[in-house]
Amino acid sequence: MSENTLQQPRLKKTHSFNASTYLVLGVAFCVLAPVLTLLWHAFSGDFEHWIGLLQNVIPNSLGNTLVLLVGVAIVVACLGTGSAWLTTAYQFPTRSILMWALLLPLAVPTYIMAFAYLDVMHPLGPVQSIIRDLLGYTSPRQFRLPDIRSMGGAIVLLGFVLYPYVYLSTRVMFMTQAANLIEAARTLGCTRREAFFRVVIPMARPAIAVGISLALLETLNDIGASEFLGIQTMTVSVYTTWISRSNLAGAAQIAIFMLIVVTTLIWLERHGRHRQRYANTQRMHPIQPQKLHGIQALIAMALGWFPIICGFIIPAIYLVAESVKRLEAAGTVSDDLIRGTFNTITVAAIATFITVSLGLLIAWVVRNPRFTIGKFILRTSSLGYAIPGTVLAIGLLTPYALIDAFISNSMSFLFQLPPQLYIMGSMSGIIIAYVIRFMAISVGGIEAGLSRIPPSLENASRILGQSSRQTFFKIHLPLLKPAIGAASLLIFVDAMKELSATLLLRPLNFETLSTWLYAEAARGTYEEGAIAALIIVLAGLLPVIILAKSQTKSNY
Amino acid sequence: MMSRNTLLKKSLFAMSALTISMSALASGEVNLYTTREPRLIQPILDAFEKDTGIKANTVFIKDGLPERIKSEGERSPADVLMTVDIGKLLDVVDQDLVQPVDSKVLKEIIPENLRASDDRWFAFSLRDRVLYVSNEVDLDTFTYEDLADPKWKNKVCIRSGQHPYNTSLIAAMIAHNGPEKTEEWLKGVKNNLARKAAGGDREVARDILGGICDIGIGNAYYVGRMKNAEPGSEQYKWGEAIKVIRPTFANPKDSGTHVNITGAAIAKYSPNHENAVKLLEYLVSDQAQQLYSKTNYEYPIRKGVEMDPVMTAIGELQADSLPVTDIAKFRKQASELVDKVGFDN
Repeated sequence: MSENTLQQPRLKKTHSFNASTYLVLGVAFCVLAPVLTLLWHAFSGDFEHWIGLLQNVIPNSLGNTLVLLVGVAIVVACLGTGSAWLTTAYQFPTRSILMWALLLPLAVPTYIMAFAYLDVMHPLGPVQSIIRDLLGYTSPRQFRLPDIRSMGGAIVLLGFVLYPYVYLSTRVMFMTQAANLIEAARTLGCTRREAFFRVVIPMARPAIAVGISLALLETLNDIGASEFLGIQTMTVSVYTTWISRSNLAGAAQIAIFMLIVVTTLIWLERHGRHRQRYANTQRMHPIQPQKLHGIQALIAMALGWFPIICGFIIPAIYLVAESVKRLEAAGTVSDDLIRGTFNTITVAAIATFITVSLGLLIAWVVRNPRFTIGKFILRTSSLGYAIPGTVLAIGLLTPYALIDAFISNSMSFLFQLPPQLYIMGSMSGIIIAYVIRFMAISVGGIEAGLSRIPPSLENASRILGQSSRQTFFKIHLPLLKPAIGAASLLIFVDAMKELSATLLLRPLNFETLSTWLYAEAARGTYEEGAIAALIIVLAGLLPVIILAKSQTKSNY
Repeated sequence: MMSRNTLLKKSLFAMSALTISMSALASGEVNLYTTREPRLIQPILDAFEKDTGIKANTVFIKDGLPERIKSEGERSPADVLMTVDIGKLLDVVDQDLVQPVDSKVLKEIIPENLRASDDRWFAFSLRDRVLYVSNEVDLDTFTYEDLADPKWKNKVCIRSGQHPYNTSLIAAMIAHNGPEKTEEWLKGVKNNLARKAAGGDREVARDILGGICDIGIGNAYYVGRMKNAEPGSEQYKWGEAIKVIRPTFANPKDSGTHVNITGAAIAKYSPNHENAVKLLEYLVSDQAQQLYSKTNYEYPIRKGVEMDPVMTAIGELQADSLPVTDIAKFRKQASELVDKVGFDN
């Protein structure tokens, strides 16, 4: 601890409360508001139904949830870390394409993944038809593969679209990590593989942990894919209690229970490495990749492309094929869909901008360890991501109503305007929900980035007479660019895919691509939504590619 | 820090400007909050606008309609609340979020058992829950109780037991046979499932064609949609692989097929009340009822409305005589039974 204190700027004895501190406190309170509302809902009902829940629901759904989470964690950790190491440490044909292409599955929402594979792997779908032809069977009644609607199917499908969270955070770590540490390990007689397991993986642990936790929270939030694949998770139990039994209090209770479990797990992981420091004062340069030849290069290519083929190319081909069919039938894309695309991009862009700006501010303000409630603010502001979208939306309805009442009354009083809804009647309701929900990505990513910038840089800058603000803009902001870029990409793509909160909080006549797609699914004609799904994927591609290109180019 | 603050302020200002331009309270409009996918009724709303000049704004709120209306309170722009399940309709009615409608037209046309005795909700069409049967299976009559018959082991497909269509069917089973027998029945059906209780109703037809199951439960209007789809399309093939039997309950012997309703009510604080009443009255007009039956393949509540040939071919609907509200009472219990027997596991 004493060493740490020495590293901090000595200019300030205590943390002073200025405007940005209050803003940060305000943001933390906004994130807390839906949680408080949920608590209020939870305690407004009785706990009688827990007898039934504990007997019939919780053991099964908790078990399912745990199996799903552990399974997805293993899949994303292997795929994400493996592909990040492969593209950082080795040189082989198509590596430069792979570096950004490995992010592509991010653009595919879990529910689209589920229905695409349900079609592709169905007894009537292409895969089984080909196998039947090869084996000489004529009818699916003679030969069928096991049904994809199973726990195993869900783990694999979710794993293949969620691994980029791990890949992205880990690769930034691999690239900014001092190559000389690895080189030191090598000079000390480690093979490349040993260096990977004994130096690289332990060094990358915070990044891997951040990536896995994002992937797992995304898994917890999922309802669409679980519905398609018939997996009874805790999230599904929350739904059932709320919708089928009209028991909002009960649903809020389960949601709060889940939130406690999730935050405890995240806290345990952080606690496990709280004494470790990852900042590096050496000049950072990426690892010199080892060139692979012949069969080795082929294996590397196969390994690298495998997750992309499963997580992106197959569903994308499916969507293109379905969209072509629909376009041939309809002739044009409907105006509503174009408006929906515009809405989606607008809302996602505004939300991304606000979330990243606030995340930057929070991470910066709380970096001073003397700011005692900083840690609390940091954790609180990340809570939104741990609550499933619909539950968050329910929690937001009451705060929105209070704000709307206040604005509406003031407007009526000041300008004699008729009473109306300012938050819920406009897209600001959705934007605020996105900001709260995705704050964790922004704060987490930027905080991790800050932790890699040695405090000595700030000390030096301050000693040379720069103010805190100047130091931030001249030193930290440029160094944080990759972290900010990564956070922006994830938030933008996530916001584009967001469905549950959008569905409940949007105003009249307002469609986004995901609500459009959901509406098609609700009519039971989800393949009609192929065009909307394809646009979600395509619109998600652009930021993915931009980000990946910028990261490949930058040398730091 | 200044620059960011100003930027924030600017974006907040832009947002509030958007708010004001987007509010839809002008006269000549009616605002519809619906748990039913709006494009299904868009043809009816378009016809309504053409005839009356009143524009219908819609928002599709699949889950959480009562919560949203409640929190919007007196300022809510909602005029008409529309749902596709009696349970969801009663949710908003029971939470006192609607108001009675005094309309001669509605009372004259809608049969008494399909509207609230205190005029707070009205049904506009019926949806029967039927048996899809593989063309390769020889079967003429069926009771819902037969679904638990062990001879169908590994042959039955159905969507999640917690879906409102199924909780409603199970609630009807409780109303007819009591909870104990229904629990036994559910266990039996669970044992007969060929795959997980998941997905949608059309997937039952698809899985029958795919050889996964022989029979399954689905709503009748999906059959209308599938069999009327573009010949050669996938849906069409699924539809062609099945025939439809309208099951009845074994007990009592004269009972009919299970039906659910699509219905609507007028929101308590409806700002365009007059237009809302006009819309409801329009929904029972001959023209609108024809659209219900011909574009959605649902059973119209108005007598003498022509049906689509595919639906006529299934035969006359003999609906369960138990009032829908009596069935809806058991909805919660049905959902708990689904959990108890682990139907969806």
